[in-house]
Formats: sequence, C-alpha cells, structure tokens
Amino acid sequence: MTISLDPTAYLLIAAALLALSGVPGLLLNRPLFGQRSAALCAVVASTLGECAVIALLGGTPGATWQIDWPLPFGPALFSTDLLSTIFLLPLFLVTGCASLYSLAYWPAREKSGAGKLTLFLGLFAAAMVIVVMARNGVLFLMAWEVMALSAYFLLTTDQQDSDVQRVGTVYLLATHTGTMALFAMFSLLRGTTGTFTFPLPHTLSQGVPYATVIIVTALIGFGGKAGLMPLHFWLPGAHANAPSHVSAMMSGLMLKMGVYGILRTLSFFDGLPVWLGWLILLLGAWSALNGIALATGQRDLKRLLACSSIENIGIIFIGIGLALVGMQTQSPYLVVCGFYGAFIHIINHGLFKSLLFLGSGVLIHGTGTREIDLMGGLARRMPVTSPLFLIGSLAICGLPPLNGFVGELFLYVGAITNGINAPLPLVALVAPVLALVGGLAVITFVKLYGIIFLGSPRTAAAAHGHEATAMMTGPMALLAAGCLLAGMAPVLLVRLVTPVVGYYGGVTGNIMTQVTGQVPLVPITIANFMMITLALAIGAVYLRRLHRQPAAYGSTWGCGYLAPTPRIQYTGTSFSEMVVNLLGTIVAPRRQRPDMECVILPRAAQFHYEVTETVLNQILTPVFQWTGLAFSYIRRLQHGQLHVYMLYIFVTLFVLMIWTH
Amino acid sequence: MTDIIIHCTVALLMPPLLLGVINKTKAAFAGRVGAPYFQPYYDLLKLFRKGTVFSETTTWVFRAGPVITLAATLIAALLVPLGRHAAPLSFSGDMILFAYLFGLSRFFTTIAALDTGSSFEGMGAAREVTFSCLAEPTLFITLITLARMSKSLSLSTILTYPTPAIWLAVGASMLLLVGALFITLLAENSRIPFDDPNTHLELTMIHEVMVLDHSGPAFGIILYGAALKLFVLGAVFVNVALPLSTGNALADWGVFIAAMLGLAVTIGIVESVMARLRMVRIPQLLVGATILSAFAMMLVLR
Repeated sequence: MTISLDPTAYLLIAAALLALSGVPGLLLNRPLFGQRSAALCAVVASTLGECAVIALLGGTPGATWQIDWPLPFGPALFSTDLLSTIFLLPLFLVTGCASLYSLAYWPAREKSGAGKLTLFLGLFAAAMVIVVMARNGVLFLMAWEVMALSAYFLLTTDQQDSDVQRVGTVYLLATHTGTMALFAMFSLLRGTTGTFTFPLPHTLSQGVPYATVIIVTALIGFGGKAGLMPLHFWLPGAHANAPSHVSAMMSGLMLKMGVYGILRTLSFFDGLPVWLGWLILLLGAWSALNGIALATGQRDLKRLLACSSIENIGIIFIGIGLALVGMQTQSPYLVVCGFYGAFIHIINHGLFKSLLFLGSGVLIHGTGTREIDLMGGLARRMPVTSPLFLIGSLAICGLPPLNGFVGELFLYVGAITNGINAPLPLVALVAPVLALVGGLAVITFVKLYGIIFLGSPRTAAAAHGHEATAMMTGPMALLAAGCLLAGMAPVLLVRLVTPVVGYYGGVTGNIMTQVTGQVPLVPITIANFMMITLALAIGAVYLRRLHRQPAAYGSTWGCGYLAPTPRIQYTGTSFSEMVVNLLGTIVAPRRQRPDMECVILPRAAQFHYEVTETVLNQILTPVFQWTGLAFSYIRRLQHGQLHVYMLYIFVTLFVLMIWTH
Repeated sequence: MTDIIIHCTVALLMPPLLLGVINKTKAAFAGRVGAPYFQPYYDLLKLFRKGTVFSETTTWVFRAGPVITLAATLIAALLVPLGRHAAPLSFSGDMILFAYLFGLSRFFTTIAALDTGSSFEGMGAAREVTFSCLAEPTLFITLITLARMSKSLSLSTILTYPTPAIWLAVGASMLLLVGALFITLLAENSRIPFDDPNTHLELTMIHEVMVLDHSGPAFGIILYGAALKLFVLGAVFVNVALPLSTGNALADWGVFIAAMLGLAVTIGIVESVMARLRMVRIPQLLVGATILSAFAMMLVLR
C-alpha cells in the first residue's frame, strides 16, 4: 500500500462524521432525508473506524494528534493505543447497526422527535469515540459530558411519558454524581503530575500523594457509569425506557466506557495496592450475582435485559479483578486469563446484548408492549427475529457453541488453575460463583425466550404481532452472525484480543503462548463441530422418519381438560417465582400484596406483584427525601429579594475582613 | 483404540440397562417380579416405530429440543473417562465444557417444554432450571477439589486419580465429595428424593412432566438421552466412589460395568426406601450438598 494509513486520523474523521451526521436533517428541516443521510454517514464512519481498528490491531501504531486550543488546560491530545481498540471494535459495529435499525424503528415519517434522536445518536457515538481517544483530562471530561448528556436526550426521546421523565432525572443525577467524582479525580491527578495531559502508562508510582483517592474516585465515577453494584440503580430504568436501539448502544457500548475509564486510570500506575484487585473482584462477583438475580424476577423485557447488563459488567470486572490479583501475587497465569476473559467479554457483550436489545425493539414494534407476560407464541409470527433472539439468548448464557462461552472459559481456567496451584486458592471460588451466575442466566433467558416466543399468544396484541422489515432484522442478523462466528472460531476472537492483553497486561509473548496453550480453544472448537454434526445427523434421521410417517396434529395435552385457554399457560412471573423466592433473602427484589380478608364472605381481592429496586427504592429515595426536607430550611435563605442578597454579600465580606485581622 | 471402541459401545448401549436394573430393584423391594432387565430397550424400539402427534402450538423449537439435547449429552459422554481409561475426547479444561454441555441440553429441553404452552410443562421447566442451577456450584466445587488433588484440569486425569490409597489418605473429604456427588446425581437426573419418575406423567414434578407432549421417536430420543445422562453422571460418581483398578485393561472394563450396575441397584434401593421430598425441601438439600462439597474442599486445602 502506498497510502500511509494513520488510524488516529481515520478515527477522528469517523468521529467528526458521526458528530455531524444529524446536522443536515436538522438544518434542512427534512427529517426523512436527515435520517437517511445520517444513517449513511454512520455506516461510512463505522466502516472507516473498523478499518482503523483492524490496522491498529495489526500493529500499525496510531499517531498522536495535538490541537493547541486556547483553553488553559494544556493541548488537546488525541491518540489511540491497543486498549482503545478493544472498545472501538464493538463501538463502530453496533453504531452502524443501530443507525440502520433506527430507519425502520423510529421512522421520521411516522414518529416525531426523529430529528432530535438522529442528532444525539450521532453525537453520542462520536463522544464515545473521543472518550477512548482523549489523552487530556479536560478533553476527556468534555467528551464524557457530551456522551452522558446526549444519552440523556436520547433516553428522554419519549419526553411526554412520566416514567421516562422520572428515569431521565435519576439518570442525570447518577451520571453527574459520577462526573463529580471524576472532576475530583482529574484535579488530583493534575496536582500529582502538574498537567492535565494523561501520564504515560506505568509512570506514576504507587506512593504518589492521593494515589488511593485517585483510584477510589475513579472507581466511583467510572464504576457508576459502568453500572457496577451498588451504583447500578439508574441503569434498569434508563435502559428500559430508552428507544431500543439507544438501549442497545447504552448497554453494549456506554457501560463499557466506564470499564475503559477504570482500565485507563489503573494503567497510569506502576504497581497497584493489594486490596484493589480483591475489591474489584468482589464488586464484580457481587454485581454478577445480584444483577442476574434481579434480572430473573423482571417482568419488563427491557428491564430484564438491563439487569443482565449489570451481570455482564460484573463478569468483566471479575476478569479485571482476577488479573489485578494475579499482578499482585506474581501469577502471570491469572493476569493473562483474567484480561483475556475481560476483554473477550467486552466484545462479546457488545455483540449479544445489542442483538437482544434490537430484538426487544422488534418485539415492542410488533406487539406494542414490553411486558413479557403479555406476549407468547411470537416465534410463529416473527420467524426471523425468533432464531436471532435465540442465538442472543444462548450466547448471553455463555453456552457453547456461542461466543459467550469463550470469555467465561478463560475466567474458569484462570480460577481453577489458581485452585490447583495457589497455597490458599481463594480466587478459585470464582468458578462456583460463575457457575451459579450461569445457572441463573439460563433460568432468566429460558424464561425470556420461552414466554415471549413460544406457547400461544396471551393477548390479542401478541396474536397480531408481526415481523419487522429487513432494515431491522438485517442489523440483528449481522450481530448474530458475529456471535456465531466468534463462538465457532474462538481462535479468531483470541487473536483479536491477544495484542491488547500483551500491551495492557505487560506480559511477554512467551508466557502468553504458554497460558493460552492451556486454554482448550482448538479441542473445544472440535467438540463444538462434533456436536453440531451429531445434532444435524440425528435431526436428519428424525426428519426423514417424520417424512415417511407424517405426524398427526392435535392440541396440547391438557390432562383431560377440554377447554384450555392461553391464560392457563405458565407466565414469566410464575416461571421465575420459585427462584425469586429462594433469592428473596439476598436481593429482596419483590413485593407481593394479596389483600385477602379472613371474613365469612371475602370481598374482591387485589394481587400485586412487583420486583423492586432495593438500592434505589429503599436507600436512595428515602435519603433524597430526607435531604430535600433538610434543605427546605436552608431554602428560606433563597427568596429572590435583591436587597437581602446584597446584605449577604456585605456580611460575608465583613466576616472575611474580621477573619484576616 | 480398543478402549475407544469399548468406550463408545458401552456408553451407547448400556444406559437403558441402568433403568432396567433400577426398576428391577424396586420391583424386588415391592415383592413383584418386575419388568425384564431389557424392558427399556423394548420401550425405546417401540417408540422409534411409533407415529408422532404434535401439538398445534409447537414450532421447530419443539422438534429441535430433543435432538440437540441428545447431541450435547453424547459429546459429554465422550468427555468422561470410563473404567479407568482416558476418555476418547480429553483435553485440559474439558471439565468446563462438560458442565456447560449439560447447561445447553437443559436450555433446549426447557424451551421445548415451554413451546407447548402447557402449564404443566411450564412448571416442570421452571423446576428443572431452578434445581439444576442450585446443583451447578456443587459440581464445580467437587471438580475443583479433585482438580487440586490431581493437579489437572482434564476430567480423564481428575476422575482416574482417586485410588484406594487416596481414599485411605484423605478418606473424610472423599466421603464428603461422594455424598455431594450422589445428591447431585439424583437431582440432575430427577430421581427420588427429588422427583419420582414412576408416577403418572402429570404428577411427576420435574423431568417427566416437561416431556409430556413429546411422542414417538422424539420421546424415544428423550428417554434415551435421559438414560445417557444418568449413565454419564453415574460414571463420574463411580470413578470417584469406587476407584478399583485391577491393572488389566479388559478386567477394568468388567469392574466398571459391575460398578455401574451396583450404582443402579443403589439408586433402586434409595428409591424403594425413601419418599419423594416436598418441593420446598429440595433447594435445602441441594444447598446442603454444596456445603458438603465446600467442606471437602476445605479439608483438602487444610
């Protein structure tokens, strides 16, 4: 090739294209044209971006671009390294898919707010690109805020809805609390290094002043964005109420920005405190377990997917925690397995969670509801979406032969190897925790897929459900193909991630090949192919048998009951009731109010079942109410009378004057 | 090579016999003659010849469910070592695939059940996923404990590691492991005290109620798959519990088959002397099994 390709430049062009993609439609006031041109821009930008990412992974170094802006915070630096690529890879793929999808999901011709949605979707994606490229604290925070605010405008597209308004406010509060922590963090970092420019990797010693505070504020600020428990409370509502392709991007991409922030911050330090790895590991395990436990009980399709995002973020943090513990205990095995697991899961979660959220959009589009218990029998009415959704469900449960299994495999191998070799193998306990999480995920997604797509329709809306157009199913098919490919050829996925693990983990290639040699990728691929061949063979014999002796058809066996109705079917709530009862003591996400009076002739009773959000409903809401009450006294100082304000100023100055004397 | 052929032959042909032995044992306890040992084979042959009735609500998922379940279980059967011989498919880390293959088969069995839209099958599916989820950590803790003892991640090494000498050395933890594994074996295969496979179909709590609507060859595939699962998990159990080795390859196979038949008799005895547990007690027993295995792990770490 004669044209020298600088990935950073390509990525900046892609970001600019994305950021401006919504502008033509807004200026020309022709929403349909605007939406189409924006989708075209997004696809072009995504292609450019993916090319740059491939080049970076292939070893082309990314240049550093410096823009000397007039602001007093040092030059604006843009750069890319291998850590950025792991986040950019799913980012461009999902952005392209989501903007194509939006053409049919939120058609400008029929729905209002398309212009706003298109504009902020582009800005949102562009801000995320800049977040992973920024090498200056202030630039980073600016991009971060653009990302957070455009996400707010995106999720409040349906602004008339009171639910949407409420979750929007909760989101805004949560994200700004996080940003506050980040302000503190970057100020302290500047205090330490003397500049807002990011320090080079491993240049800060663990002993620098405020190192602990920097790490903790980063954990709070970025952990909140990632949805790490207990800072996850904004997440289920926000993801559930946003338009589906926005949910896909928020869950598949924006949460990862929090993960990126933490990884980036940790990379500054040369050596980390011992407790940090364990803390991240524990937080990860807690999020994974509680996230999936919350998801199991949900009745709202998108809320369920959102809660399962908390679980997946937890799995990613388990990986990071394993690696950090490995770094501190000088065990390269854990470092390599942990980072592989985390990075692979970052890509995988971007694929299957976006697929499932886009699928939820098709379901909402086709049935007009988000309630799992009101659907049913949609596999017949949505013959394309149904298998795609099934692929996503299998992948998210981490079942072979799909991609979710690959990331978890590394975590298992790391944990169990620790169980074999370490004197006190506490890390090995990750394996049973992951197994439990996997089991709960199977419950959750069997319920999700089974109740929505199988059986017979529970309502008229479900009975009239219809398939979406190819514009919606096409992007989903692309993501599903990604899941299949990454699952059937895990070596490809590992290849993608290998340079990043080497770069970030600081492990030599020798140790890496030694460790990855222990992870049975090739045998598992062979076993997967054997299984599929066997299934096809058995299936072929079975089908031939059915062909020779055609089946009779009848109604489902109702044990002799002759007038079954769809309402007799098991619902999602009943499906998960048993496990929710078991988990009730851990998560307490449940309120049940059968209001029956014990009198001779009982009156009409009401039954209410709701899965509540413990942190938000039982801790934060009361705290905010008390704070509001307390501040109502202070608010008396604030009354809008000018002369009293002048008096305040005078009194303050007077007090200060006396102070100095 | 001979071992691989014997492995495949035994794994393919023996599973239904276990069911026959269990039923014969139960009949003996009840004072009946009981069905012949080979009755499950006759049943399977009959089912494969029979016609099929599909419910009108079902889709392709209902047809694919049994097929994929059987395929996954067959691969699991290739991973587990039988009769002190390494498994045909054996690699470091195969224990993780082993556990997840059962997850895959569970996913498809349960969605096939939900495909019928029957509330009975919904109940069965809900119970299946819930109880298996609780049994999963036990399996992993047990495998990690054995992996630590044998310093390996491969089932073939882990499961052929226990020997009478090991039993004498760390008998306490082995005993705990065997207890935990036996409970898991019964739970995963829906045997008494978790579920009674002999009751009338609708009254069965877990497995049989899930497959209520399957008929003909598909039902045959399911019954055979279930027997195979019993065989595979039984083989894991027998490898740990009865680590007898004669030194002669062929004699080892004989010992293994005898041990599996012994296991079937034991299950038959358990089913004859115990009643099914109440539904609410089942999770308690499963968590109890997890704690048993955790104790074993602690003893090994000590």
